[in-house]
Amino acid sequence: MKKILACLMTGVMAFSLVACSTTPPATGGTDAAGGQAAEGSAEAGGATDGAAADSAAAAGDTIRIGVFEPSTGDSASGGKKETLGMQFANSETPTVEVGGKTYNVELVMADNGSSADKAPSAASELVGKNVSLVLGSYGSGVSMAGGPKFEEAGLAAIGVTCTNPNVTAGNDYYFRICFLDNFQADVLANFAMEKFSAKKAYCLGENGNEYDQGLVAFFTQVFEGAGGEVISDSFPTNNSDFTSYLNKAKSEGVDVIFTPVSIAYAKQIMEQAASLGIDIPFLGSDTLDDNMVLEATKDTNLQLYVSTFYQEGGSETFDKGIKDYINNNSDAMTANGGNDTISAVTAMGYDAYYVALEAIKAAGSGDKAAIKAAIPSVKWDGVSGSIAFNEVGDAVRDTAYIKTADTANGTWAFEKVQSGSGK
Amino acid sequence: MKENKRFFPTLAGIALLLIFVILLENISAAVPGLPDVFQPTSPLFTVLKKAAVYSLVAVSMNLLNGFTGLFSLGQAGFMLLGAYTYAILTVPAAQKDQVYYLFGGCAFEFSFVDMFGMVFGNSGVGGAVSMVLGCLLAIILAGVVAGFFAFLIGFPVLRLKSDYLAIATLGFAEILRAIFQWQKLGPITNGANMIKGFPTFSSFNITGPSGNVILRLSTFIPFFITTVCIVLIVLLINSSYGRAFKSIRDDEVAAEAMGIGLFRHKTLSFVISSFFAGVGGALFAMYVANAQAKAFTSTMTYEILLIVVIGGIGSVSGSVIATFLYVACSEWWLRFLDSEMYFGSFKIPLLRNGFRMVVFSVVIMVIVLFFSNGIMGNREIDLLKPFGKKNKKKEGHTH
Amino acid sequence: MEYIISVLLSGVSVGGQYALIAIGYTLVYGILRLINFAHGDVFMVAGLMGIYLAAVLPITLSLPLVIILTVLLGFAIERVAYKPLREAPRMSVMISAIGVSYLLQNTATYVTGGQPMTYPTIPFLSGTVDVAGTQTKWVVIITPILVLALVFALTQLINRTKVGMAMRAVSKDFETSRLMGIKINSVISVTFIIGSALAGIGSILFFTNYPAITPMSGAMPGLKAFVAAVFGGIGSIPGAVIGAFIIGIAETIIKGLPSSWDVSVFSDAFTFALLIIILVFKPQGLFGEAATDKV
Repeated sequence: MKKILACLMTGVMAFSLVACSTTPPATGGTDAAGGQAAEGSAEAGGATDGAAADSAAAAGDTIRIGVFEPSTGDSASGGKKETLGMQFANSETPTVEVGGKTYNVELVMADNGSSADKAPSAASELVGKNVSLVLGSYGSGVSMAGGPKFEEAGLAAIGVTCTNPNVTAGNDYYFRICFLDNFQADVLANFAMEKFSAKKAYCLGENGNEYDQGLVAFFTQVFEGAGGEVISDSFPTNNSDFTSYLNKAKSEGVDVIFTPVSIAYAKQIMEQAASLGIDIPFLGSDTLDDNMVLEATKDTNLQLYVSTFYQEGGSETFDKGIKDYINNNSDAMTANGGNDTISAVTAMGYDAYYVALEAIKAAGSGDKAAIKAAIPSVKWDGVSGSIAFNEVGDAVRDTAYIKTADTANGTWAFEKVQSGSGK
Repeated sequence: MKENKRFFPTLAGIALLLIFVILLENISAAVPGLPDVFQPTSPLFTVLKKAAVYSLVAVSMNLLNGFTGLFSLGQAGFMLLGAYTYAILTVPAAQKDQVYYLFGGCAFEFSFVDMFGMVFGNSGVGGAVSMVLGCLLAIILAGVVAGFFAFLIGFPVLRLKSDYLAIATLGFAEILRAIFQWQKLGPITNGANMIKGFPTFSSFNITGPSGNVILRLSTFIPFFITTVCIVLIVLLINSSYGRAFKSIRDDEVAAEAMGIGLFRHKTLSFVISSFFAGVGGALFAMYVANAQAKAFTSTMTYEILLIVVIGGIGSVSGSVIATFLYVACSEWWLRFLDSEMYFGSFKIPLLRNGFRMVVFSVVIMVIVLFFSNGIMGNREIDLLKPFGKKNKKKEGHTH
Repeated sequence: MEYIISVLLSGVSVGGQYALIAIGYTLVYGILRLINFAHGDVFMVAGLMGIYLAAVLPITLSLPLVIILTVLLGFAIERVAYKPLREAPRMSVMISAIGVSYLLQNTATYVTGGQPMTYPTIPFLSGTVDVAGTQTKWVVIITPILVLALVFALTQLINRTKVGMAMRAVSKDFETSRLMGIKINSVISVTFIIGSALAGIGSILFFTNYPAITPMSGAMPGLKAFVAAVFGGIGSIPGAVIGAFIIGIAETIIKGLPSSWDVSVFSDAFTFALLIIILVFKPQGLFGEAATDKV
């Protein structure tokens, strides 16, 4: 009896926490499954992923696209926003016409848990569900860990925002539609020198994170190559006190602070910089293009510039569509961090979905080998720019957008289109 | 002795199991029309591989925690040492510049695979021989490095008891991780970047001249290495050393009075356990096809500890069974909990991302609280007489 | 100079926050000989509750409620996960603690959807102030003062009241004090209540200063606070507090060392190295009682 009671209490403990959540479980949207989704209405609401296509599948054949993204772990926030773009694109264009026949497109999710040891099983989960190709992931580490599984299965994967050079190098089956770390660091270093005539920069990254350290290393190369001076530090994982680092930067009298860190840290750094009253401009990479980071800069004197793939206002129809989608769907709203500011990764996810459709059309079937063969020749004018692939499987891109945080209004403001040093 | 009489039949049983793994992996090629789950790319085989790797680590942890009574939480640290040792020593020299692109190449310009390649050739049968030998040597060295570090760290920390030992070894694993992530050591460890490009399980598939797979061995390899290691551990447990370990676990003072060198035996157990954790780390690197310090967190140690508890502290077969169940549940069977489901038009509540891990941790808590003996307690499965009377060990409670 | 002051300020504030968690560890360890691995996660959950409650209630109501709910959570954890294992080996209880920690982290991931959450700004505490030319938040100044006040109150409680006497007796000798008629279970509950209340207060101070909360936010501060408790001598409240301040300051100094040395990555590693050194050379810590069965 006692045991049963204690058992119950364990349950209560867990679920009382769950109940604390302000997010009400999504209601409605269930009726929208099938019918509405098939008509391509943006109102498809809660009928995301499986549900919509499953019930519609009775009408015709289905082509499945795997979504290899983190929805737990430390990259969950970015992964969800990227997925959001794909879901919206899927609700907008839920079918594809191949050889005169209309197929439903179904998104199959697999959570790679932001960690390299969960990624292989998530990848084989997708392989096991017979998807035709895979999109993702946010975060290069998991992409590299899952990559061999896709290669083994002869399944093509299109990376959306995994920017590490080693994702596509040595893997014939991995493609990507974003620019690379070295390009991004190059762009930001040039921006720092052009805009602020910066001579001295402070770089701060997470120890052991290949994304942070890669960008810092490339940034240092370019910046020092142009005669500048770079001071860099790494902080340990799960660190929360950044004031020592920020004070150090201040006392060193640097011209810019470069922080290519993940969202949670970026938020922490911005908040603390604000309380320390730091007025040195911050440079961020694409991860900082996130409304949570933006929120942290609101009503402060911070200067934050980020390089990114997409600037809100780049495509009015997309902006309107995705905002409607987010505002009409509580799950999407939660995934987007509680407001409707568009993250660049969402636009990238959106483009990735259409690149996938193009590849399916070019292949003329849902056959994975045919799709893999077709991808290199795919060209697509997406909302984030035109996309084409080079021989390694990387996107051919030569510009990035720089935007700045408008601290008074809590929005992003477009700064300029910046190209690299052309190296 | 009783154990000796059983030795050869047990060996035959193990051989049968391994043959079964090979058959299972290749059956879809021979028999068309089987369900998808038998396809070599299905989650079944990913789970089997991961479970094979984890079961070795779990058994190695059990040797320490369950059989010697030393509560160590350093397993992830020793796996990290093993994984890096293996990775650094087997990345082909030709690939090193690409892998270490931030550091302009690796400080070690050789690899075991290349080294044997010079003797046996780099292609065809000779290439296969040199790869197998190179990998094997690197795996053994992975264990040796982990064991060596265990020896060094064991000197101070093994004087500590129970929870102090736990927290000290946990701290040691964290220190190791920070060192391996340090950019200054980049030319050796590749800093924050992952090391990749070394032979993985799939490299062991036998392919024909045109690159098509003739015989798949990618699941067999982890099973084979793990089985060999576990057999060695079981032999150790059943030897006089093993009995000394158990006596230390049951009563240190009494053990010492009986003339068992406490510190020597504790060090021995710690070093051997770490050796196998290192081998496990090398296998883990082969499984995920990369080595990166970020993966070896204390969460990983906790996971393995929970596996050991679920299986039964002090039962090798329990650890193995628990690993397969744990990995299959968390990576495969319970995945459906993470996505929304509709029962007709009724949306099943609570199901969304992350729910799987909540359910999973509740289940673990229930096991820890109410079934503290785990699946097997401290009994073992007798491979030959699964239906006969249980081979109950004589000692009493595990602790 | 300005820089040195700013580093010391961060150190004192970090130390103060560790101290509030460390007291919880040291109390529980003193009595149950259990490293309550879940304590850091209770602290994290307290932070999350602060966020969700502040979203629906005014701050004056939500803050006390956070502390009350944290106390309830700590109490419930003790009753559900530790009490049934009172007679079990110490290892089982510790495994149970690890299990609870795992459960809390996974539940937090589920509830927050894996997004980093923002702690609400609390009037006054979140405001900024100038100290010797360095700008900082009020909470940084308040934390050490509050910690000292709480420690004073707590030592009074332990040294002057009947409950305190019972707590001391139980930590000295579990079995004998039970024989002497002390209600062990209520003493343990009181210990958990005090520890959790301090974790609740600590969470308010900590997350006001470092406002982003992730499910892993509690793990590191928790482990470091435990190290602080060991460093100061487990069971000793002043010891835990002094240990926490030393660790907090040492950590920020390491982070603040010149970048060219490239040692700032070892700020966490240093804490653990310190732990191992202390355990080996002075196992009773700075203020702990000499030679019991600890090591």
